[in-house]
Amino acid sequence: MKLLTHNMLTSKCMKGVTVGYPLGINVSDVRVSEVDFNPEFVAKIIPKLDWPVLYNAAESIGQLEDLPKEVIDNFENDREFLKKVHHVLLEVDIINGELICPETGRKFPINNGIPNMLLNEDEI
Amino acid sequence: MCKSWKTYLLWFAQEHVEFRYAEIESLLSLFKIDMRYLEQPKNEPFWIVQFSSENDIKLLASRSVSLRNCLELWCHAKSIPQLHDKLKCFPRNLMEQHFKSNRSFKIEVETFCKHFTQAEKINKIEAFRAVSLTNPDVIFQYIEYYGTEANNPPELPYEVASGLRQLIKKISLKTRKFIGNTSMDPQLSLLMANQARIKDGAIVLDPFVGTGSLLVAAAQFGGFVLGTDIDYLMLHGRTKPSRIKQKVRDKNESIRSNMQQYNLEHRYLDVLVNDFAVPFWRDDIQFDAIITDPPYGIREATERVGTIKENYTVEEKHLSTHVPAKIEYGISNIYRDLLRFSAKHLKNRRPNEDYNENCLPSHPCLKLVANCEQGLSKVTSRRLLTFEKINHPTDEELRMTHNGIMDFREKYFIVREETRKERRTKEARIREENRLKYGKNQDK
Repeated sequence: MKLLTHNMLTSKCMKGVTVGYPLGINVSDVRVSEVDFNPEFVAKIIPKLDWPVLYNAAESIGQLEDLPKEVIDNFENDREFLKKVHHVLLEVDIINGELICPETGRKFPINNGIPNMLLNEDEI
Repeated sequence: MCKSWKTYLLWFAQEHVEFRYAEIESLLSLFKIDMRYLEQPKNEPFWIVQFSSENDIKLLASRSVSLRNCLELWCHAKSIPQLHDKLKCFPRNLMEQHFKSNRSFKIEVETFCKHFTQAEKINKIEAFRAVSLTNPDVIFQYIEYYGTEANNPPELPYEVASGLRQLIKKISLKTRKFIGNTSMDPQLSLLMANQARIKDGAIVLDPFVGTGSLLVAAAQFGGFVLGTDIDYLMLHGRTKPSRIKQKVRDKNESIRSNMQQYNLEHRYLDVLVNDFAVPFWRDDIQFDAIITDPPYGIREATERVGTIKENYTVEEKHLSTHVPAKIEYGISNIYRDLLRFSAKHLKNRRPNEDYNENCLPSHPCLKLVANCEQGLSKVTSRRLLTFEKINHPTDEELRMTHNGIMDFREKYFIVREETRKERRTKEARIREENRLKYGKNQDK
């Protein structure tokens, strides 16, 4: 699972959960692999991100490298910055681990890169 | 600005005929291409159309799956002598640019609904006193079209661009690593991706992803893809194999491995196991396109997580291995949720658009049979509405006063963001900039 996807997920659908965001992450296995860099795509996606959530998620799994704490001005034209964001969004892949609901502590396992967001019958 | 329009022949594959018009219209709108129909397209494989630039055709053909190729149409006629006469009248200067002494050419004879031997084809070429080579710079096609009824015209065109038919073979299910019982046919998935007007960098979601056929097509056209499915075993490639000769699935069968197979892995975002009935996306997430083939309940079940037992709880000791029970989702509920979800999470492609079918003039005795739009400016357009009388009105219907149509003048001045003066000043500025730019170039 990529940190871009993590940025979009909540557990608000669970019974009794109001915000459910951001989900905590525990990792046991992270794979970093090179992915073709598409600066236009990254620039387009940055305004849609919850930046502090991305920053904290990257930090919590030890993949922060030198990602700035805040989005810089005029990021569309800063190739270096876009490359860093590209790396953290698309090149870091959580293969095994779990996502954690911030309100209930419910864990959603990630196996083989695929998070299992299925809830049990008594949780919906 | 005056554009010069040339006539072209679009030659389509005679397959999925119903999708052809919708695909082309979607692509014209995606690329903002102007195309004129010389004849209203019917279910025939040839359309005669006009474009103002060859680049427009190349762009269209670069994405179309239903198009075989596009030819510049020099002439067409119902009989061969007529064709020869017409061709002799075709302006030589338009033809001669393709017949330079350093360029080779060949003529291809194509026939539709009738077969000719090579010798017969050569006779048809000889009739034009032309030479054919095996490796030409320019290809001319001579087509005899016998249609479904044999009274249609032969054409003599010059080939401008070919469509993407080869892509259908490239992503064929026969050679694809991971497939399931209901994997979508490649051609239809490509048509769906085109109709969704997927552009490079679009974020595309399939909420009933299965084996990800639609994601392959979407990624092929530049989409960054996400998928969700309730079937854990499917996403992990552990269901029963679908190929008759295959006893067990390979270890690495997955949507991701399909994307690797087609060198599209850089556009693969993620797939997740999730029950569509239980939304878990951030409220403000917007997708550029949602394409999906939801289950119908025949070959794939329509299920959601749930139980009919009241006050049911999973016991602590079973939690780690518990597989949630499923209940019937129901096709009508799936569609309701899908449309609601799409309304919420799709990016609005036409902000501020206030047109919908309901605001058209209507009357219970008149049926709207055609509705064609002509763009007038960036913010306005007019429509040709054609009505057919289907009932004679009752007295009550004749007395109808209700009419919810808003005054156009009023709307027109609300919608316009900038005043006439602002627009004129802006245009003058652009002209000035261009003049300076142009002037500089001349200095060099």
